[in-house]
Amino acid sequence: MGGFGFDVAHMLAGLLVLASLTMLYQDRLVTLINVLALHALILSASVAWQAHLQHAPDLFITAAIALGFKAAFIPWALRRIVVRLGLHREIETSAGIGPTMLAGMGLVALSLEVMLPVTAAADPVARQDIALALSVVLIGLLIMVTRRNAVSQVVGFLSIDDGISLAATGARGMPLVVEISVAFSVLVAFIVIGIFLFRIRERFDTVDLGVLDEFRGERR
Amino acid sequence: MIGLLGTLVVPLLAAAFLATQSDYVLSARVNATASGLAFLSALSLFFVRPAPGTFLLVDDLNVVFIVLNTFVGTTASLFSASYIGHEIETGRLTRGYVRFYHAMFQVMMFGMNLALVANDIGVMWVAVELATLSTVMMVGIYRTRAALEAAWKYFILGSVGIALALFGTILVYLAARPEVGEGLRAMEWTVLVAHARGFDPALLNVAFVFLLLGYGTKVGLAPMHAWLPDAHAEGPTPISAVLSGLLLNVALYALLRFKMLMAACPGAIAPGPLMVGLGLLSLIFAAFMLYRRRDIKRLFAYSSIEHMGIIVFSFGMAGPLGNFAGLLQMTMHSLTKSAIFFTVGHVAQVKGTQRMSEIGGLTESHPLLGWGLVAGVAAIAGLPPFGVFTSEFLIVSSTFARDPLLALALVFGLLLAFGALLLRVTQVAFGSPRGPVGPVGASYVPIVAHLSLVLIAGIWLPGPLVAWFQHVAKLLG
Repeated sequence: MGGFGFDVAHMLAGLLVLASLTMLYQDRLVTLINVLALHALILSASVAWQAHLQHAPDLFITAAIALGFKAAFIPWALRRIVVRLGLHREIETSAGIGPTMLAGMGLVALSLEVMLPVTAAADPVARQDIALALSVVLIGLLIMVTRRNAVSQVVGFLSIDDGISLAATGARGMPLVVEISVAFSVLVAFIVIGIFLFRIRERFDTVDLGVLDEFRGERR
Repeated sequence: MIGLLGTLVVPLLAAAFLATQSDYVLSARVNATASGLAFLSALSLFFVRPAPGTFLLVDDLNVVFIVLNTFVGTTASLFSASYIGHEIETGRLTRGYVRFYHAMFQVMMFGMNLALVANDIGVMWVAVELATLSTVMMVGIYRTRAALEAAWKYFILGSVGIALALFGTILVYLAARPEVGEGLRAMEWTVLVAHARGFDPALLNVAFVFLLLGYGTKVGLAPMHAWLPDAHAEGPTPISAVLSGLLLNVALYALLRFKMLMAACPGAIAPGPLMVGLGLLSLIFAAFMLYRRRDIKRLFAYSSIEHMGIIVFSFGMAGPLGNFAGLLQMTMHSLTKSAIFFTVGHVAQVKGTQRMSEIGGLTESHPLLGWGLVAGVAAIAGLPPFGVFTSEFLIVSSTFARDPLLALALVFGLLLAFGALLLRVTQVAFGSPRGPVGPVGASYVPIVAHLSLVLIAGIWLPGPLVAWFQHVAKLLG
């Protein structure tokens, strides 16, 4: 694997982790969605670079899906929802920026520590991609745990999805099945999410899950 | 080939047809007929079996799952017909929603069948995702606050679980690539198992942890079980029956496949202790939680967590006896739990509530339903002469022979759960009737069919079935 090709792939994967960390400290929904768009843009560039490196033209399709769907359409639709529901001025209180960032960095260290030793036999690009993809997945989980708003949980879920796409494309020659399935899952997820957000809105006039949480089924 | 395609094409065609059909009586019939046809196709797989292809595979292991899956699917669709009729009459569901419900039911059956016959780990993952998303839609169908929260929770936890499983799948591919080569072949079950000897054990270990967490979420193992009680309690009851009886099994099947892969790779960690630990945790946790339930569907949802714990424990103990008992326990649990949910569905409809404090004296007001429930609970609690007793006895006795301390913990959990279930069923089934005592348009056939199968299995297991299960148990290692 040539030095330059590897460096670029490594940089793009690193940028994706950086974008994930950036998400952690966004307290406004609109900027959070903007960072999600950036996240998907980096993913798309990374997938395209992999397609070039691996001489796998089918990966360009995955890159195009990431660009058109994840970087453009979903952020646009989420922004519409946020504006429609009048959430764009709201400030979301999460668990405190300092501790969350520290936890995020801890997760990056953890995933490097776990993945690098076990992938020693794999080629260097796949190795870096898998390790960094795991940190993106874990940070995505952290976002979902620390946020209480339905929209930002969706954003966290989509960033997990980006991380998995990164891992799938880094694994050289992985059949297109998985790429299609990832795109498909995002599509269906989005439909479901859309329906839910509007239903939640229609019922309760809010998407704050804290309001939903007061119901616990047992004390009706 | 026809039998295999029948289990996949029939649900797909039925889903397409049902999506356009607004007459609910007709669509309920079509739903049941399609499920029945899929069951017949699955049965034919016992006799004629196509050779494994790139994407589809039928072997001795999954044929058990697919026959069970389509059978319970058929009885659930029969139950669903009478259930939905009542929901339309009381106006809880509109015709539009019922049309959607029927189409989704078949999409879910397609997803589960595909997951069971997939020979490609990627296709299997897609199929499990499809089955999950279709059930998410159905759990939220009542659009009440509770149903929405349940569906949201299920969706978020299910998606995270499934995402972790995909990550694990990618790692398995990475482990297989140096040995098998690039492309589709490195995701084929048959190829993977044949070449597993040369895989990188360290990578496979990490992959299995992700797969266990991911598919384990869908199995409902503690501590990833949080979606399960809500989804069971708030969705339509036929879906609760199918979730407990089938979808949990499908996820378990995926886990078992990966466990076989781990067993074929000499350097990899033994997955047994991990599964034993998670299984025991789920069993004991759920047994304690059973005492605090006030909602009848939630009660049985926790009982499902408990039983999945026992089953995973048993497969984790492995060996011919452990696997045999696990298979038997899984079959018995599917049949019994879905029968219980059929009964509970009718009870909740006639009483207009799921709160156990508002339900009472069922054996007096509705003898058939009441005694059906009592029989079902006796079976699920592991009382003889029902089949669950046989399998639980096998699990406990084989564990005692190998590790008495583990067996003590297991028996502790079983007794705890037994006490809780007994306590609740006496409250609901005996005493003076509470709540409305109106007539009920129940369909008893599915309930009686399931419970008598469980009873027969408890008294006498047919020789060929035992031989088959023993053979499969050996395959599982």
